[in-house]
Amino acid sequence: MWFTKYAAPVIFYPIAGKFIPWLGGITLVLMLIGLYLGLFVAPTDYQQGESYRIIFVHVPSAWMSMFIYMVMAISGAIALAWKTKLSEILASACAPIGASFTLIALVSGSLWGKPMWGTYWAWDARLTSELILLFLYIGFMALEASIDDPRRASRAAAILALVGVINIPIIHFSVEWWNTLHQPASVSSISKVGKPSIHPSMLAPLFIMFIAAKFYFATAVLMRMRAIVLLRERHSHWVTGLEELKS
Amino acid sequence: MNWAEFFSMGGYGIYVWGSYGFTALVLVANIIAARHKKQKAVKILKQMMTLKQPK
Repeated sequence: MWFTKYAAPVIFYPIAGKFIPWLGGITLVLMLIGLYLGLFVAPTDYQQGESYRIIFVHVPSAWMSMFIYMVMAISGAIALAWKTKLSEILASACAPIGASFTLIALVSGSLWGKPMWGTYWAWDARLTSELILLFLYIGFMALEASIDDPRRASRAAAILALVGVINIPIIHFSVEWWNTLHQPASVSSISKVGKPSIHPSMLAPLFIMFIAAKFYFATAVLMRMRAIVLLRERHSHWVTGLEELKS
Repeated sequence: MNWAEFFSMGGYGIYVWGSYGFTALVLVANIIAARHKKQKAVKILKQMMTLKQPK
């Protein structure tokens, strides 16, 4: 298959190196536009006042926490099935970034909950399943770190990631399945008059921050993957021949 | 709109800026950690190579 060429660490390493500055630059520009629209242009919410502006960091982070988990589990599955080195490395690089977004979703949600619900934390379905997601990421990293042989470690961690996939639909549907304190989705819901229930001036910054988060993830994951590739391939000729290692 | 009003966020300043600040902190820390991992890998590889080829 054509893409297996790019799945070789030797091809991946220099290409990823060229992409990183561009992806990082796009991330910064998008974040600045998103912050400007979210903090200066979007109007005050008639129910939640200014506190709703937390949405622009909270919702993209919560989406990313689930998206990155799926990337990690799918690349783990590919690694298990075809023993492809780069998919093991991708899964491994996803874990700390996914855990970071989960932590941001939990902390920003808690800071939003305090003024709106009167409490930082409640053992409600949405919050608890998101906390379990954080433990799944931590478990993945701990399991990987506990096994010396990196390839065996990756396989064991991939199995854990696959089992944990069950938590993703639980997080997603928790606000529909159970009576939770957490408000239902604002973005996908359609009001009775057939329009989206969120105003375009609020939706635009949310969407831009979401795309920015995607670019951020691409930047961070490629950076981490390159570091892992160097260590895992340290005995290959192409690594020992790299210009950046001379001097 | 004046800046004091902007920073107070209608009385929710601590929650809004707390969320934004925490997000910025974690995202920046992640990039620094990734850079650090890469530099560490380069350092290890350089040491490995000098051990292999003594002058």
